[in-house]
Amino acid sequence: MEQKQKHWLWLVAILLLGGGWIWLTRAPQSLQTGPPPAPKEGFSAPDFTLQTLHGDTVSLHDLKGKVVLVNFWATTCHPCQAEMPALERVYSQSKGQGFVVLAITAEPSVQSIRDFAQHYGITFPILLDRGAKVSREYRVYGTPTSFFIDRRGIIRWVVFGGPMSEALIRSKVETLLKEKP
Amino acid sequence: MLPYIQVGPATIQLPGLVVLVGVWLALELSARFAARLRVSGDQVVNMLLWALGIGVVAARLGYAARYLDAFIQSPLSLFSLNPQTLDPVWGLLGGLLTAWEYARRKGMPVRRTLDALAPGMLLFAFFLAVAHLLSGSAYGMPTKLPWGIELWGARRHPTQIYDALLTLAALVWIWRLGDHARGDGTLFLKAVAALAAIRLFVEGFRGDSATIGGGIRVAQVVALVVLLVVWWLYPRWRGEEPSAGGARRRNSQRRMS
Repeated sequence: MEQKQKHWLWLVAILLLGGGWIWLTRAPQSLQTGPPPAPKEGFSAPDFTLQTLHGDTVSLHDLKGKVVLVNFWATTCHPCQAEMPALERVYSQSKGQGFVVLAITAEPSVQSIRDFAQHYGITFPILLDRGAKVSREYRVYGTPTSFFIDRRGIIRWVVFGGPMSEALIRSKVETLLKEKP
Repeated sequence: MLPYIQVGPATIQLPGLVVLVGVWLALELSARFAARLRVSGDQVVNMLLWALGIGVVAARLGYAARYLDAFIQSPLSLFSLNPQTLDPVWGLLGGLLTAWEYARRKGMPVRRTLDALAPGMLLFAFFLAVAHLLSGSAYGMPTKLPWGIELWGARRHPTQIYDALLTLAALVWIWRLGDHARGDGTLFLKAVAALAAIRLFVEGFRGDSATIGGGIRVAQVVALVVLLVVWWLYPRWRGEEPSAGGARRRNSQRRMS
């Protein structure tokens, strides 16, 4: 077969096979509608209800419509310590626009947590994850681990490790706050 | 999924480590393959390292330009180690321009150099697929097939494994073709076509595809366009005069040196 003929046959093959496969494997409707809960970008954030340091109860589903940063941390974790001031600054400046930080810790010593919060001047809710149930559900293998959740309750970014720079926190929060609920 | 391993007090992120290993091995492979095509392995490695370095800087500056206010309020964030504040488009542009300029200044033969990069590119793609498997990214659609894997609350196509195996097969194919590479850039085009074909095929099983109207997957359309571009370029590159002293060897059973 002539080189030129072969070349045009390749084009036909690419278009037919490629186009046909694209048509055949169109994403099903289920893929295009709401994702199930899972601790992964693109999925609905798994719901939880925890008590704060002050004894109040916070449920994630009550915060739909807001931009939520769920931050798993520990008092003995140096990167956690390093990123707390940045978290507090961004929270203070953006809470009026519908931004919430939920700082979840599985540490057993409430006094250590109180001392930590006082030392760093933390004003956002600190949630006590007794038994590390929520940490396990979110598959937190190490701290800090942060989940940026949009107004629809979808996880948009997961940051493993830290410390997160202030610009990282601001840019992600800014992006999510600009989105309509 | 295995995103972390605990080594004493340290928590090591495995996907990131695998990507770094992939970069290192791809550089090594490119250098060795370059020698077969009579391109300086050292120059290829240096070109890639410069491209990587400048690419990262460009990616950070590109991201900072998009979120100027955030970086003005926290200038030291420019030097943070967070990969989430890197813009991939700017990074790619910066890297490509750097590689181009480096190659131009060193008088490196463009198409022969591209051919030299072909196996390294596929090896890196393989390690990227492994990293995706470890992190649970690039996950598949739910399936009832016996080889499905449990991930994110469902039994899913192991698309990361499909990717890894197909890329490995492509690497073996390209490596064997390397014995007869003419240094005219067509080996590189074949590697690009292989990657595009793999993407076109595997994307059909993905559970996280970006879609346009009618559920058409964007990545598949892009892959098809890439295949058409390769189809158009191939005869033009092949038709050029063969590179002097190309890669033809007397012994076709060449082993990797």
